[in-house]
Amino acid sequence: MFGILRIAYKLLANDRTKFTALIVGITFAVFLMVQMTAMFAGVLSRSSATVYNVGASIWVMDPAVQTVSNSIPMPDAVLDEVRSLPGVKFAVPLYSGGGLVKLADGTYQAVTIMGLDDTTLFGRPQMLKGQIEDIYGESGFIAVVDSEYTKLGSPKVGDEFEINDNRARIVGLARVASNGLFGVPSLYTTYSRALQYLPNTRFTTSYILVEPKSEADIPAIRDGVARIGYIALTRDEFVSQISHFYTFKTGIGTNLLMMSAIAFIVGLSISGQTFYSFILENLEKFGALKAIGMTSRELITMILFQAGFVSLTGYGLGTGLCATMIWLARARLPDYASIITPGNLLLALGMVVVIAGVSSWFGVRRVLRIEPFDIFRG
Amino acid sequence: MDMPDTPGNIAEKTVAKTVAKTVAIRAEGLTKGFGDGETYTRAVSDVSFEAYHGEILFVVGPSGSGKTTMLSMVSGILRPDAGRVSIEGQDIWSLSTDQLAHFRLNTIGFVFQDFHLFPRLTTAENVAIPLIIKRHPWDEAMSEARRFLEIVGLANRADVPPVKLSGGEQQRVAIARALIAQPDLLVLDEPTASLDGDTGRNIISFVRNQVLNDKRCILIITHDSRIFEFADRILNMEDGRVTGIADGGSHVAHEGV
Repeated sequence: MFGILRIAYKLLANDRTKFTALIVGITFAVFLMVQMTAMFAGVLSRSSATVYNVGASIWVMDPAVQTVSNSIPMPDAVLDEVRSLPGVKFAVPLYSGGGLVKLADGTYQAVTIMGLDDTTLFGRPQMLKGQIEDIYGESGFIAVVDSEYTKLGSPKVGDEFEINDNRARIVGLARVASNGLFGVPSLYTTYSRALQYLPNTRFTTSYILVEPKSEADIPAIRDGVARIGYIALTRDEFVSQISHFYTFKTGIGTNLLMMSAIAFIVGLSISGQTFYSFILENLEKFGALKAIGMTSRELITMILFQAGFVSLTGYGLGTGLCATMIWLARARLPDYASIITPGNLLLALGMVVVIAGVSSWFGVRRVLRIEPFDIFRG
Repeated sequence: MDMPDTPGNIAEKTVAKTVAKTVAIRAEGLTKGFGDGETYTRAVSDVSFEAYHGEILFVVGPSGSGKTTMLSMVSGILRPDAGRVSIEGQDIWSLSTDQLAHFRLNTIGFVFQDFHLFPRLTTAENVAIPLIIKRHPWDEAMSEARRFLEIVGLANRADVPPVKLSGGEQQRVAIARALIAQPDLLVLDEPTASLDGDTGRNIISFVRNQVLNDKRCILIITHDSRIFEFADRILNMEDGRVTGIADGGSHVAHEGV
């Protein structure tokens, strides 16, 4: 069979024009598909950055909350009620809000401020410089060193600036697992200082972070929280809810899905038509092979191999091109949100398999219908 | 390639030769029609004949006389509506589709009128195709293809694509491809149709001298009366029927004929 596949490859590759058109078509389609889905994956990943970075097992929130960045403050009493639920190991408040930093050059920069529970500092970032306890110091803030860090003027420990007309001092530098979606720098401080520095509504608790005594206690906690009028989501459920919001309620998912579908259709059209014309051009030769003694199964194998070869080559080139482009984009735009995930690759591979399957199906049909007699009689 | 041979030379070479008359092909009552209802046309009606080992049998007749249809049924590429074809004792139409494909691969060599060589492959690769289908190792198949190209006088054209060859050279490549699997039956469709007179005669002379042997049987469809002299026998068809079988011009003496 190796010899037959080698013949199949030579028939295809030696027809340089069609071979190039096929490869370019599929590469282009795969590039677009992977790029679109990678952008989407990047957006989704960053939209849940706070959830990942804080790392709590259960998040208690107002039922109307759809994304982590749009919290609806809860009364302080809710914290006490959650703490009293059976199965709760501990529960702490989290403040999540936005502020304006006045930089040394007089310009303002929007920031996300995370207020950690004063007692436990639960959800703390991983320190790079300084100690986490320094956060208790006067006007202490910890700056997150991520792609947005430079927007604060790359402050060092000891640097000072203003937040909402209050003096703030960098007491440490830290890193987190994931950057945020909106391209603003992040600062950590204590919950109580966050309330002092930032204007607030009557209620102040953005989220209550809960650690259950065991996994088995989660349903009871969920029910208990529901009884007081709020919802408790596990980390995965919260991430899923955020993803659902961005996918279906913002238009981002629909638009990217449409772009991916268009890329798929373009790829299918180019490769399908080119491959079909390649088959038509060689149809009489395939008929001659049948007359000589090649079985239909061997002919189908040849065609599937040809379609599979160009598809997988295009897939490899397309994903490679996309990865290179994302790498280049990140080199210039640190907060460029694109992630190639195994899911993206599998989706693109699935689409490429469909492209190869549809392209070869038309070819196989023609080749199976050609009769050696038609060739023999010219 | 030893050519051209004149029919006279060939006759001299072969006149003393006595070939055992053993049946290579037996066709009985072959019938084939196309279309349905009012459009039905019977292309071949109740054709029976035998062809022998070591024989070149020409099938001649006007266009539409059923030559190609008849030979397609004989060579296992068109199923007859009625009748039977036996090659080397094998009733070929009792075989399954795949078995028949394997039978053709191992027993029959085809030379198509338009050659049907792959323009994207080299000449040697084109010739090697039957061996490659038979799962011979690539290097062995290519080596054998070069040997056959040498036999047909094209050793120096092994690595060029067929489109760079003349019509006569392409014809010889097609013959080499048909021969490489050592078939017992060789079927040539209008082998001189696209060739000038001398080249056509050279090709048939080559087939007669180099290809025909005691074991092999060669069937040739042709309109070209200039090459009739190379035939052992000539089967004439008209309106889908055999109207006569005559001795050709090569004067091969068959035992008992």
